[in-house]
Amino acid sequence: MRGFSFARLFAILMKEFIQMRRDRMTFALMIGVPVMQLLLFGFAINTDPRHLPTVVHIADDSVYARSIGAALRNSEYFDIVATARTPQEAERMLDEGDVAFAITVPVNFARDLVRGRTPQLLIQADASDPAASSIALATISELATSALKDDLVGPLASRAGKPAFTTIIQRRYNPEGITQYNIVPGLIAVILTMTMVMVTAMAMTREREKGTFENLLAMPASPFEVMIGKITPYVVVGYIQATLILLGARYVFGVPMIGSLTLLGATGGLFIAANLALGFTFSTIAKNQLQAMQMTVFFLLPSILLSGFMFPFRGMPNWAQWIGETLPNTHFLRIVRGILLKGNGPAEIWPNVWPLLIFLVVVGSVALLRYRRTLD
Amino acid sequence: MTALAIDVHGLTKRFGRKVAVDHVDIAVPEGQVWGFLGPNGSGKTTTIRMLCGLLKPDEGEGTCLGYRLRSETDSIKREVGYMTQRFSYWEDLSIRENLEFVARMYGVADTKAKVDETLERLGLHARQSQLAGELSGGWKQRLALAACMLHEPRLLLLDEPTAGVDPQARRDFWEEIHRLSEAGLTVLVSTHYMDEAERCDRIVYINLGKIVAQGTVPEVIQKSGLITFIIEGPDVRRLLSRLEGRPGVEHVAFFGAVLHVSGHDRDALKAALEPLRELEGYAITEATPSLEDVFIHLQQVSAVQ
Repeated sequence: MRGFSFARLFAILMKEFIQMRRDRMTFALMIGVPVMQLLLFGFAINTDPRHLPTVVHIADDSVYARSIGAALRNSEYFDIVATARTPQEAERMLDEGDVAFAITVPVNFARDLVRGRTPQLLIQADASDPAASSIALATISELATSALKDDLVGPLASRAGKPAFTTIIQRRYNPEGITQYNIVPGLIAVILTMTMVMVTAMAMTREREKGTFENLLAMPASPFEVMIGKITPYVVVGYIQATLILLGARYVFGVPMIGSLTLLGATGGLFIAANLALGFTFSTIAKNQLQAMQMTVFFLLPSILLSGFMFPFRGMPNWAQWIGETLPNTHFLRIVRGILLKGNGPAEIWPNVWPLLIFLVVVGSVALLRYRRTLD
Repeated sequence: MTALAIDVHGLTKRFGRKVAVDHVDIAVPEGQVWGFLGPNGSGKTTTIRMLCGLLKPDEGEGTCLGYRLRSETDSIKREVGYMTQRFSYWEDLSIRENLEFVARMYGVADTKAKVDETLERLGLHARQSQLAGELSGGWKQRLALAACMLHEPRLLLLDEPTAGVDPQARRDFWEEIHRLSEAGLTVLVSTHYMDEAERCDRIVYINLGKIVAQGTVPEVIQKSGLITFIIEGPDVRRLLSRLEGRPGVEHVAFFGAVLHVSGHDRDALKAALEPLRELEGYAITEATPSLEDVFIHLQQVSAVQ
């Protein structure tokens, strides 16, 4: 009989299953990746981040100020991690990204309250990521009514039930809460990660697949030469990509660029190198281009989801933040946003530069160690 | 006595539990052309890869061009030309770009002149900007040979260089090899072709990772102890099935319009052939076994062991 044959179909199916089982790496990735990602991202992503680090500056210590502090804590949105002595100290912590909020209880807060005026509470928020701060800010207004309920007794009882104080909210770095200001600079990091890791991983495995790797090995070249030689062209490509995205950010999305572009360029080079080294490492592990591709995707997803690119970093549980801290993307995101939106200088971005350096050195060494000079 | 270009002892390579190369000794004097023969999977490629530093031997010692096999692979790589079994130049680079890349990798002085000269000699000057991937099998082979000769190596290791190449191109290729050898180059070439084996100064036959025979072609034939009878006559091929499996007949092969019947026991062979003598029009004569008869015999013998 001509035409369709179940026997043939069965033969092909069996062959494919056998081949799939033989390719252990692909099989492991196919099974392992969805499970891991489900566990990772399912638990890690939280668009309603709580326990955001907060600094308070209490210029007027009183029972009321303490009650507000307690209410902030009880709301679960704010973790008071520090008490600033001066407003400048609070602002510096906000600049460096140590805290997401700075709350100031102004002078004469208690006196004004007792005298029946409505005192003001100053809240400065790092709004560079609007998603991270918006819900927390909304809660503060509510607190104005409830926080001092128990303190407003006796002659002040009449004040209960309506807001006892007003809040002044300053959204820093991104006052309009424009999401693109946060996302677009972040795209530099994500796109660079995606292409840089992938192209190097593929470029090396292609050599192996095509058999040209044997020829390359038979030539007198050191692993370092091969690695640098393979990586450098892509550094150029990376810079072109970054430039294109920056141009788009400036002229299409109107993203503010407060800080130094030279500083951004320098740290960008470091970030590109870190990603290329990782791609090279992948290529020493992957047996073919498909595997290299799968490894890239495996790395890319957490780089997008756990780095603070799409979802607020501080919204994730601690263990997920730990994973996030190991990703170059996380640090470069902070650098890009810090330089562009906050106008950060070298000192402020340094806490995110050294992790990139460590990543580059460690992964680069792994790549060189794993690079086989023989076909063994 | 001339110096040895290749001098290795007890070379052994295992892949997992499989012993790919099993205590191989090879000593090739400088300026000679040696043929490396054996069935598929016998360990030829693995041996060659160990010689040029692409694989680390599990056991064994020796030198290649006087450099120690294990510790001086960089020096070996610089002075050895290695042509892989599969075309391994970059198909997405042009002919010229490939040659320039190779020349630069080996630090050839005056790259441009050297590449121009090579292109001229190959007759590829007009096609130098064509992609290597677009070349036919024969041209790819010529390009590969030219590329691995660019840095003027002292030793050439060629892994089945003429597989899939037409007879004319093969002949040209061997003329080139002999010319280079006269200029002092040492060549170790693996092949499946008997005529190519006969163009070598000496041959090494390897099976299942072990060397089973080596020497000049007449030596190998003589040492095999094989006796061959040739049967000529009309439709002689039809006798093949009648002879196979007879006592004393180890193998029967039909080539060149005659039947080769081989074995080790002359009397038994004669007895087996006796019934054929009564047939009309067939001539049975004893002859020197061909190299192919010997190789098939060697392959059968090692397969049994």
